[in-house]
Amino acid sequence: MSEGALLPRQWDVHPPAYWPDYKTTVARSPSLPLLSMESTPSEETGPRFGHTMLGPLDNNLILNYTKGEASAIGERIRVHGKVMDENGRPIPQTLVEIWQANAGGRYRHIKDTYFAPLDPNFGGCGRTITGDDGSYEFMTVRPGAYPWPNRANDWRPMHIHFSVFGHSFGQRLITQMYFQGDPLIELCPIAASVRDKTHLDRLVGALDLKNSRGMDYLAYRFDIVLRGRRQTMFENKTEGM
Amino acid sequence: MNPYPDMLSETPSQTAGPYIHIGCIPSFAGLPGIYPEDLGQSPISDGAKGQVITVTGSVLDSTGWASRDAMIESWQADSAGLFPGHKGADPNVSGFCRFATDKDNGEFLLKTVKPGAVTDRSGLKMAPHISLWIVARGINTGLSTRIYFEDEDNSADPLLSRIEQRPRIDTLIAKRTGDSVYRFDIRLKGEGETVFLDL
Ligand SMILES: [Fe+3]
Repeated sequence: MSEGALLPRQWDVHPPAYWPDYKTTVARSPSLPLLSMESTPSEETGPRFGHTMLGPLDNNLILNYTKGEASAIGERIRVHGKVMDENGRPIPQTLVEIWQANAGGRYRHIKDTYFAPLDPNFGGCGRTITGDDGSYEFMTVRPGAYPWPNRANDWRPMHIHFSVFGHSFGQRLITQMYFQGDPLIELCPIAASVRDKTHLDRLVGALDLKNSRGMDYLAYRFDIVLRGRRQTMFENKTEGM
Repeated sequence: MNPYPDMLSETPSQTAGPYIHIGCIPSFAGLPGIYPEDLGQSPISDGAKGQVITVTGSVLDSTGWASRDAMIESWQADSAGLFPGHKGADPNVSGFCRFATDKDNGEFLLKTVKPGAVTDRSGLKMAPHISLWIVARGINTGLSTRIYFEDEDNSADPLLSRIEQRPRIDTLIAKRTGDSVYRFDIRLKGEGETVFLDL
């Protein structure tokens, strides 16, 4: 068996480009159809990153901003899960990056002017590389909900932004993890851009008491599924691949 | 009916939002120091073989306004058409770069080596190109496209040949504006809309 082309994206799962309830999409959504083709080496290869680039606190957002000197303010949580492909196979050694607001809903970014205060001990980014079984984990604080300029009174539910590579440039994904039980999820036009409730549920991190630690942190479980590749015995390999 | 009964469904995409820089290029967000350096600062290092080129451009919305908050990733072969990990690939070409549109004027800049032609699965040579992936606030699922070059022979490229409306091919071709300098504007929507890819 060898690895064939990437499986086509499941476009029914992803949000449409044009989603007027999220106003910024109106001027930024292509109106012509995408050009669909079988993937080529340009999409089937992709950057690889090694563990050596990681610092010991890179996946600990509670401590990484102060280099371990002081803890960020907020509810301590552990976010963990597995990265796998559509065939259910784990994706080992792939980079996972996250970013988020602090416990008050404020981002440490030159363009965030929300008046909730910055936390002097919280930066808001983290990264890790999955293990042999595709697993990853982060320690962080639960991000606050925040208001955003869309309709007059829109609020983002608590969420963590995720960026995942996989092993092919064509697998690249950016998404958001929400938190189980957050009533703002169903009011959010960005969450609603995932049209099917079953698919939206996949973005909701589940409370995971078994992997929580008493007197320390709550755990949330968030698995990520990227496009896979066709498995085939009948694939002509081109030279140099 | 589910056409893929034994497959998991993909995790849905969500917009990268306006603060993507915090996670992907923290120095741009005004947040240096957590990592020793931002990832993907350059696709090449000293000694990379081939012609060093610069590509500049903007990411324009349907009103012609250049977005100030987009992030772009590029991925490409070395000057011989080999990707990192392939036998004989140039060790000084990582092939991967991350760059943002400027927060004040919306311009991006990519400095790299011009890639060589890559052969596809059916043995056809693809004209030299750089793959791009564009994410931003207001983009729900990252957009893929390619940069081809005005001064290369693009006539037999299998992807460009698939574009029915011939004038649209132009949207994927960087214009040479000087010695080893190219211009490539990305139009998200409307007149001159860039061809975006699904492959
Ligand atoms: Fe956010």
